[in-house]
Amino acid sequence: MTLRVYLQMPYVQNALLVGVLVALCASLLGVTLVLRRFSFIGDGLSHVAFGAMAVAAVTGLTNDMLLVLPVTILCAVLLLASGSGAKIKGDAAVAMISVGALAIGYLLMNLFPPSGKSNISGDVCTTLFGGTSILTLTKLEVWLSIGLSVVVVAFFVLFYHKIFAITFDESFAAATGTNTRLYNLLIAVIIAVVIVLAMNLVGSLLISALVVFPALSAMRVFKSFRAVSVCAACISVFCAVMGILISAVAGTPVGSTIVAANIVVFGVFTLLGFARGRL
Amino acid sequence: MALLTCSDLSLGYEGKAILEHIEFEVHAGDYLCIVGENGSGKSTLMKTILGLIRPLKGKVLTGDGLRQSEIGYLPQQTVVQRDFPASVYEIVLSGCQGRQRLRPFYTRADKELAWKNIRRMELEPLARRCYRELSGGQQQRVLLARALCATRKLLLLDEPVAGLDPKVTAEMYQLISDLNRKDGITVVMISHDLEAALRYASHILHIGASIYCGPVAGYLKSETGARWTQRGGEGT
Repeated sequence: MTLRVYLQMPYVQNALLVGVLVALCASLLGVTLVLRRFSFIGDGLSHVAFGAMAVAAVTGLTNDMLLVLPVTILCAVLLLASGSGAKIKGDAAVAMISVGALAIGYLLMNLFPPSGKSNISGDVCTTLFGGTSILTLTKLEVWLSIGLSVVVVAFFVLFYHKIFAITFDESFAAATGTNTRLYNLLIAVIIAVVIVLAMNLVGSLLISALVVFPALSAMRVFKSFRAVSVCAACISVFCAVMGILISAVAGTPVGSTIVAANIVVFGVFTLLGFARGRL
Repeated sequence: MALLTCSDLSLGYEGKAILEHIEFEVHAGDYLCIVGENGSGKSTLMKTILGLIRPLKGKVLTGDGLRQSEIGYLPQQTVVQRDFPASVYEIVLSGCQGRQRLRPFYTRADKELAWKNIRRMELEPLARRCYRELSGGQQQRVLLARALCATRKLLLLDEPVAGLDPKVTAEMYQLISDLNRKDGITVVMISHDLEAALRYASHILHIGASIYCGPVAGYLKSETGARWTQRGGEGT
């Protein structure tokens, strides 16, 4: 079997491991993001990261993470931590920051082409769609994503009840003594870190799909927050595995195959939810 | 000592005052209705009492061993909540969140308290149902049960009957009245419904161009109250 041959290759194993972990983290955060009407934050923040990368490339920084991560975290905090008191509300703020950062990044790369890189549109395409980077992971990147996933899952489990309380009703939570500012800040920072790392691995288009699709599929069928969270995580992991295996065998792009798997599952769950409503 | 004291309170947003020199006290067992025109600052006052907004001037003091974080709050529904996938039990239990501090999970006592309040609001058959599938009146009872998990003494209700039909509205008022009389929970409620406010409340706080605070009987005799009741409250 060709599949067995593929599974024995270390780079496919790495891709599976990292793909599953990133999918897990994104879906856990996705539930609270979708419910708070921040579905597009994955897309927005990855564009911010792209803009920051362009600046890093133009200024000739050797390690662009030093610039990209802080800038993205800052934007995430600005978007999420301001909460309901913000002057420009949720979706508009995300759209503004996202489009702005993308435009400035592309503009800078055109005005000051970084030496040694002539294929700008190729670069942009890789950033958006992930290219083949998930199949060329280094050992460091694999360990980094393992470490990060442990942190995200631990955060989600330990603060599960607080995340629920704040997502459902921020002002009630604040009024009864929960430090909503602190938790919003923590969530924002974690989202930014997940998105920056995931973007390098699977591309920015995929990361927003990983944030929204599992959560929305789970919400079609399940009716409690706990069931939705657990189900979203399972869907996300399942789709990541299926997507990577199919793409390995069929030779399709990894990121888009995972998204396609998510779309199929969403369709199935919509039908299930519909059937359940009829019963 | 009063449960809640507001002394020379000025409130508003970004330095712009909506209301100035508010003075009132709420004592244990009171049922205070806050009335006034739209935009007069009723919700802002409530958020200031809860510590969600800083007062521009003056202080909100709690007494009788009540902490600010131990006030039960029933906010107006938000758009996010209408299609939120959560069971009734999960929402009521989240009322215990304020006491959690850094503990990550609920204790047995928290869970018992949640069940007690679910039964108190007659929600037991619905406990595993999804919040978004409930009727408006049932949703309000869920939020009331959650507020009761957060407090033993004082409830702040922001228009608890908004959007409910007359029958459910009457039931809701009865429920609140019972909590006040039988369980001795102090109630502070924002209301648009002046008739109900005069019928159920023990005290009225009228805010707007002129301010009145005191017992219901005195309100009807006061200039503010007389003018307001003649018009039958707002909206009519």
